[in-house]
Amino acid sequence: MSEPVSKNQLMAALTLMTRYRNFVIGAVLTGLVIVCAFLSAVWTPHSAVELAIRSRLQLPSLEHWLGTDHLGRDILSMIMVGAQNSLIVGIVAVSIGVFLGVGLGLWAAAKRGWTEELIMRFSDFTFAFPAVLSAIMITAILGPGAVNSILAIGIYNIPVFARISRGAANAIWSREYIMAAKAAGKGRFRITVEHVLPNITSVIVVQATISFAIAILAEAALSYLGIGTQPPEPSWGRMLNDAQTYATIKPYLAIFPGAAIFLAVLGLNMLGDGLRDILDPRLTRGR
Amino acid sequence: MSVFLAKRFLTFVATLLGASIVVFLVLEILPGDPSMTLLGADADEEAYAALRLKLGLDEPAVLRYFDWMWGMMQGDFGISYAYSVPVMELVWGAMALTVPLAIFAMLITIVVALGLGVFAASRHNKPGDYVVMAFSQLGIAVPNFWFGILLILFFAVNLGWFKAGGFVQWEDGVWLAVKSLFLPAIALATVQAAILARTTRSAVLETFREDYVRTARAKGLTRSQTLWRHVLRNALIPVITVMGLQFANLLAGTIVIESVFSLPGLGKLVFQGIANRDMPVVKDIVLLLAGMVIVVNFVVDVTYAVIDPRLKVHDV
Repeated sequence: MSEPVSKNQLMAALTLMTRYRNFVIGAVLTGLVIVCAFLSAVWTPHSAVELAIRSRLQLPSLEHWLGTDHLGRDILSMIMVGAQNSLIVGIVAVSIGVFLGVGLGLWAAAKRGWTEELIMRFSDFTFAFPAVLSAIMITAILGPGAVNSILAIGIYNIPVFARISRGAANAIWSREYIMAAKAAGKGRFRITVEHVLPNITSVIVVQATISFAIAILAEAALSYLGIGTQPPEPSWGRMLNDAQTYATIKPYLAIFPGAAIFLAVLGLNMLGDGLRDILDPRLTRGR
Repeated sequence: MSVFLAKRFLTFVATLLGASIVVFLVLEILPGDPSMTLLGADADEEAYAALRLKLGLDEPAVLRYFDWMWGMMQGDFGISYAYSVPVMELVWGAMALTVPLAIFAMLITIVVALGLGVFAASRHNKPGDYVVMAFSQLGIAVPNFWFGILLILFFAVNLGWFKAGGFVQWEDGVWLAVKSLFLPAIALATVQAAILARTTRSAVLETFREDYVRTARAKGLTRSQTLWRHVLRNALIPVITVMGLQFANLLAGTIVIESVFSLPGLGKLVFQGIANRDMPVVKDIVLLLAGMVIVVNFVVDVTYAVIDPRLKVHDV
């Protein structure tokens, strides 16, 4: 028979949760978004795309927990499906940033000299094009769409990860165990893969979490502007754009989609902070 | 320091050139022949040729690039396809809104962020600090356009203190114009201030741990004297860096917020340009916005070279 959980163990767990409360709250909120996204793939309270003009602009009720929009669609269902959209954009855009950015950053740190200079100047330069600006350029030639916003946010992420991984990698390259690895005859590429990358993973994971939050914000903004995800695909930003037209008569329309973005971003930011507390305790000293 | 400045100036010029080349390639070369989009697919060959000649599209791309750059430098931004007026006129009118809005938002950001950040640092690990940090955690997560809509609902629709949108031109009264930019500036500044307040707080805390601060305290200065004489100046360096990096986001945010408050600024102009396939307008505005970011980052670098005494030591 397993022993019942003692009071001490419970206290210890509680203490741990209070110490890492950022992580706990962040994980719960992020988990909620992920659950919504997966659940909505198989089930939503109502259809998120079907129009039901007769039940348009209804206040929250037992039937429609968060009410219906100007076309009679169920707001809760739309928000749930919108979570899929935000997650996909976030995952792809951050992956673009991580793969290309970290690759460039590691390359810069390994080669030093003019390669590093060139990569870093390239990063500086890409910084001048925030996601909205790249999205404007891409939309001007290709027309609006979700893929464009993914591309634009992804491009914006490349220098973010290039800078942060190059900085972290440079610090690792000056360590003694790297000297030892060099003395043992390992090449730059092998040292990067075997020693540098594993040691900067925590920095990248933390940045990825925060960049994910920024990506969700950016995607929502682009969809709000009408150059991101296109109807009928539900997206949180698009919902806010629709809601603004009716906001003076039905203010609740503008509350829920915005709250969804806010909670998702808050969750990811807190998760990022929490991960930093756990993975790199030295950094928390100054905060 | 002069070596640093000269180097920095060269990269500044190179970055501007690079940005202009990218904008030109993406918006002028990639979309193909604009005479097709302007006249439609079934005009006759002579009409296309005439239009291409009129727009100068027969010249080689390199020449067109230099024409464009040379024009931009002299304030000639080309002619809008959609309105047949100089792009400069359109841009100038829109700038009269976008630039003051960005500056207004930046000012609010600086005042609020420095105030809250220094306050939180001076109450380190006390309730005041926790409250400020909690608010900043929430503020960072708020989408600025959502916040803008909420501001409209509360202050314009419910209370009726402000108009729900639109811009009163400067000629019709400076106060009214500022008033019409007030809610948009608040919407923009909230998120920025939340981020900057955190940076300020940790920079001030970090500086308080430095040896020279301990020396200052040891020679009998009070905590607040040390704060004003030594800590703030040094803590400003990371704060200014972050402000520079934030400027790009602020400008991007301005474009979004203009849409929320239906303000006729650069954002609105560029979206109209996209809808009208008016490439000269889109091209000029994109370069202008990217250029502003590059200029601000250059100014930031130069500023902290001036503020940070350690940078001066390096090149003696």
